[in-house]
Amino acid sequence: MKQKFDIIESTCVPLPLENVDTDQIIPARFLKAVTRDEKFFGDNLFRDWRYDSEGNLKKEFVLNNPLYGGVILVAGRNFGSGSSREHAAWAIAGYGFRVVISSFFADIHKNNELNNFVLPVEVSEDFLKELFSSIEKDPAMKVKVDLQNETVTNLATGSSEHFKINAYKKYCLLNGLDDIDYLLSKKDDIEKYENDKN
Amino acid sequence: MNTLFDKIWDSHVVSLLEDGPSQIYIDRLYCHEVTSPQAFDGLRERGIRPLRPEKIFCMPDHNTQTHDQDKPIADPVSREQVEKLEKNAMEFGLAHFGMMSPDNGIIHVVGPEKGLSLPGMTIVCGDSHTSTHGAMGAVAFGIGTSEVEMVLASQCILQQKPKSMSIRIEGKLQKGVTAKDIALYLMMKLTTSGATGYFVEYRGEAVRSLSMEGRLTLCNLSIEMGARGGFIAPDEKTFEYIKGREYAPKGADWDKAVAYWKTLYSGDDALFDREEVYRAEDIQPMITWGTNPGLGMPVDGRIPMDAPEKALNYMDFKAGQQLLGHRVDYVFLGACTNGRIEDFRAFASIVRGKKKADNVIAWLVPGSWMVYHQIEEEGLDKVLKEAGFEVRQPGCSACLAMNDDKIPAGKYAVSTSNRNFEGRQGPGSRTMLASPLTAAAAAISGVVTDPRTLMN
Repeated sequence: MKQKFDIIESTCVPLPLENVDTDQIIPARFLKAVTRDEKFFGDNLFRDWRYDSEGNLKKEFVLNNPLYGGVILVAGRNFGSGSSREHAAWAIAGYGFRVVISSFFADIHKNNELNNFVLPVEVSEDFLKELFSSIEKDPAMKVKVDLQNETVTNLATGSSEHFKINAYKKYCLLNGLDDIDYLLSKKDDIEKYENDKN
Repeated sequence: MNTLFDKIWDSHVVSLLEDGPSQIYIDRLYCHEVTSPQAFDGLRERGIRPLRPEKIFCMPDHNTQTHDQDKPIADPVSREQVEKLEKNAMEFGLAHFGMMSPDNGIIHVVGPEKGLSLPGMTIVCGDSHTSTHGAMGAVAFGIGTSEVEMVLASQCILQQKPKSMSIRIEGKLQKGVTAKDIALYLMMKLTTSGATGYFVEYRGEAVRSLSMEGRLTLCNLSIEMGARGGFIAPDEKTFEYIKGREYAPKGADWDKAVAYWKTLYSGDDALFDREEVYRAEDIQPMITWGTNPGLGMPVDGRIPMDAPEKALNYMDFKAGQQLLGHRVDYVFLGACTNGRIEDFRAFASIVRGKKKADNVIAWLVPGSWMVYHQIEEEGLDKVLKEAGFEVRQPGCSACLAMNDDKIPAGKYAVSTSNRNFEGRQGPGSRTMLASPLTAAAAAISGVVTDPRTLMN
């Protein structure tokens, strides 16, 4: 789970759909698990798009297409809307994705990805459009994501863009640290705040 | 600047990280069984306990069955999750309102009705509909499980301060138009990502005119516009609602609290990052035709010609089609959106003296035991029974179908819940979101019906 982030260079899995909600990423019936079993959630990522009601693979869905693979998921705008379920981020991480590229992320899901060492990379519509077309032309093309320098590059066309991440979260990802480690170190401040309020 | 959001948020900042999030103090954490077990495991792994257990309340709601709650949950996986919450609450010394306890119900219904969610508070829960509590004049928002663990561990959370947005609804609501219709109208206008990155303050005459139940419904749906949360400045209606509730301040504490709550409003000079104004007269009873809550229209309208094909295929609808008169197989009244007493009153007002259509299976699920008992006290259960409806036991139920209440594949449901996503109410289910009035009209006539035609 906690892992240090460095430069990632990988092929991509394209999902050119908008408004992919967390109910699609992981349907509610898989939320009954009481442990954080990444394999379980990863196996059920996009369950109802990946399998039919009998459990047979739906060949037309991109995760079932052997042409595509890699640790970068590329999705249409407003990715991760709806339910706050962190299980969606666990499923993405559990499947093996390290980066999700989209032109727009829903708020809660974006935080959930960051808290699970999956990097949400927000790019312009133009960059995304070009990226989808590059992948369509050549599924073996690669994208380079450089967190230290906050850049994402389409290696097929050479287009590169800066992406935003706050300095604190960047530090956490680069060093494999989570928020709780930080908050636990702030106990004195918390008690001071409580005393001032009373 | 100087918005109510700024006032509440800024007064809860414990520290600011340079070019990073704020460390925000949380006054109330609610935990339900689905998004908390891994957070409690995290505490155990770190060998720590909740910092402020008295600020945390737990209750199961997602998995609970809506009949025979005195018997164990049949599905062993659901049962384990519900039992796990009770065990975790016991181990860590947290309040727990178990299934069948008279205090139990959907968290977002129970919190306000118990007086646990109060003006000026910061409130979080591992549930996107935590925005509901904003109706009390609180800053309330949904979080992920890692963040639940943060709050358990430190009573704080790290969050980037959202931008502020004012949504004003001017004028008077028309007949048959409810808080639910306002929300569905806003989503149609703004889309499901239109308010992402913002915290919304709802203002204007039509908002002020809503009852507390209506305000809870409106704030509940903030997340469906992408907003992290939405709230309404507290007023006399808010204070009246809270007064005397179990956990509300009493005596001298009450006077002190009200004096503070009266300072909670956006100043005349308040500067919002974004302002939107709508006219109440433009809002009709609404219904959704697509697979996200933004894909809606007036109940007597036609599906837009540019409707996305994927949604139409899933729903088996056509562009340009009218939904009035379309077959309805299921009707669901309930959820944190519309499971309150006023929703049952509205539903009963339509079905009184009529009979449920034979082709419709109806699930009427109160949001809490308190609502359940109030339905009985007001005699609404008799009205509903005479019309052929049964009132079930409280829980989230068919809103997300984690219990047995699943809409079968291909069936059409008119539902008062909050999401019409593919498979949300059961694999293959087809959901049309609407108000309790529109749901009742469908339940009586067996087809999509304009509720205004059944109102006196």
